[in-house]
Amino acid sequence: MAGILARGPAPLPRRLRARLRTAGAVQRAMLLTGAGLTALFLLAALIGPLLAPYGYARLQDASGLFGAQQPPSGAHPLGTTIAGYDVLSRTLWGARTALEIILAALSLSVVPGTVLGLVSGYLGGRVDRTLVGLADALYAFPPLLLAVVMSIVISGGRSSLAGGLGAAACSVAVAFVPQYFRVVRAEVVRVKAEPYVDAARVIGTSTREIMFRHVLRNSVRTLPLIFTINASEAILTLAGLGFLGFGIEPNSAAEWGYDLNRSVADVTSGLWWTALPPGLAIVLTVLGTTLLGEGLTDLADPRLRRRGAAAVSGTPTDGGTRDG
Amino acid sequence: MSAETLEITGAAPAAGGTGRHGLTRYLVVRFLLIIPTVFILVSLVFFLMRATGDPVSAAFGDRLTPGQLQAKLHQAGYDRPLSVQYLDYLRSLAAGDFGHTVTDNQPVTHVLGVYGAATAELALNALVVALLAGVPLGVVAARYRDRAPDAVLRLFAVLTYATPVFFTGLLLKLVLAVRLGWLPASGRASTDVQLFLQDQSSTTGFYLLDALRSGDGTAVTDVLEHAVLPALTLGLLVAGVLLRLVRTNLIGTLSADYVDAARSRGVPSLRLVTRHAARPALIPVVTFLGLQVAGLLGGAVLTETTFEWKGLGYELAHYLTARDFPAVQGIVALFAVVVAVTNFLVDVVAALIDPRVRY
Repeated sequence: MAGILARGPAPLPRRLRARLRTAGAVQRAMLLTGAGLTALFLLAALIGPLLAPYGYARLQDASGLFGAQQPPSGAHPLGTTIAGYDVLSRTLWGARTALEIILAALSLSVVPGTVLGLVSGYLGGRVDRTLVGLADALYAFPPLLLAVVMSIVISGGRSSLAGGLGAAACSVAVAFVPQYFRVVRAEVVRVKAEPYVDAARVIGTSTREIMFRHVLRNSVRTLPLIFTINASEAILTLAGLGFLGFGIEPNSAAEWGYDLNRSVADVTSGLWWTALPPGLAIVLTVLGTTLLGEGLTDLADPRLRRRGAAAVSGTPTDGGTRDG
Repeated sequence: MSAETLEITGAAPAAGGTGRHGLTRYLVVRFLLIIPTVFILVSLVFFLMRATGDPVSAAFGDRLTPGQLQAKLHQAGYDRPLSVQYLDYLRSLAAGDFGHTVTDNQPVTHVLGVYGAATAELALNALVVALLAGVPLGVVAARYRDRAPDAVLRLFAVLTYATPVFFTGLLLKLVLAVRLGWLPASGRASTDVQLFLQDQSSTTGFYLLDALRSGDGTAVTDVLEHAVLPALTLGLLVAGVLLRLVRTNLIGTLSADYVDAARSRGVPSLRLVTRHAARPALIPVVTFLGLQVAGLLGGAVLTETTFEWKGLGYELAHYLTARDFPAVQGIVALFAVVVAVTNFLVDVVAALIDPRVRY
């Protein structure tokens, strides 16, 4: 195990292709669906605004106001909202906001959480205990609640685009730094008891090298899954914030959660077109990132691949020891 | 117990092998950690909330003259230095006083007492749904991995997670309550049942419990009908993640060497799953469930708002809109205590299952 992972890994695309070939049909289907949905989402985020019939804050065109709660028609393929916005346009523009929140939240969460988890778990002692306590304390904060508090702090609860994004990103980071920390730390505590770490220590490898080369590589197995959960959680937190009425104002940006909040009354009176598009947009986006993350995790983890698959692929680096 | 665990995990905790004494010490240390945990959170909320100004101006700023505002500020003590207010706040917290709400001037502890039970009832119902659905389905998915049942279940799991809890709620409401009219769309009980339950000599605040104790069949049915949609909404959210976690971990341990060894010894398939593979696979699941409490409470806020379930989450959203910060602070402090205690219990369970966790 140690030798396998300490040896230089094969180039990622080649490894992925080899693994994709040996993966089960279900795994392949899920991974490809996830990749497809994620690509669709990225496409919508990048060129969606060009495809959208109107701007996200447009209430009228040359022929006058759109009108409220109009059913789907030629001019408005998905109808209009209770405030008179075009549903299709706002749903498409919403993808851009969602991408922005994902990037903001990920960049604030991953590195601090992983490094802290590694150092804390490997070195142990008083620092470790303090950090665990701190992580527990921060984790105790429901991210949504923190997002609301942050949005009050950042923009007084009256949300601009930057305020809403900042509040959601900060709160997701506060919730996820401890999560990366906990997961990585738990793995590190487990991994550092493995014989190959002792072996590395015995032959005089420096602590830094053991930590970053032997322990870290074997402790980040579950991280792709957490990236995608992190991304999903960023979207869901922003949407939850919007649903509670603390999100981004409709004339600053299109945000799916806000649109869902506005559609609650429509649902009670049986209208479907204001709630379904933004809701489904969230579901498909999160579905895509989640399937992608899960598929990649499966491929990367020899324990989760089908038995004998590694032997077939003919690359002894891919955990061939299992069967041999 | 410990000998059995050693046999299962197959790794002797050479460094931490101090036995029972080590466990007791670990538990005591872990228990004492609850105090700084709660302290950090409460302080964080206090300073974050004050970063935007004092609660009185936030709540009434636009409705009072500067003079009235000043008088109100002085009366509530908000014109003192922040450090004095902070110490004062900590002192009263230690004495169990969570302050007063600004908008309707109730003790926060009273709000907690009235609405806490509703949230606890919702969370428990949801947890029951999650465990009943998540764990067995996860085992089934692991058992039939890469075959049809696994594919369907995994898709279901991902879907429940990908759907925001309020969108699930809206969909269930749209279909089952508005279109089909099978179940009530909102509330914890019909108005008459609610009055009837509040009339009982001693109430627990848990409607189902109160209804059962009253022995009134229609009340029980009414309460159950109202509980279905919110419990499903919140429960499915947790069930999906639980299913995935049980599946992944069970597959991992099912392919471990010691399970191979047991299989070759002729251990029956069921026993192999339940005894040999499940125990080590359960550690991350237990840890995860503890972590999920925060998510559950966050989800409860949204679920309660969707279904007008008058619990702490619903009240919290209400107080937030009213910018009533002491109420928010009190509710958050309670959430913090609940999560800190749950995390402690989770760590205890994890330490009992796996001796390597202790330090």
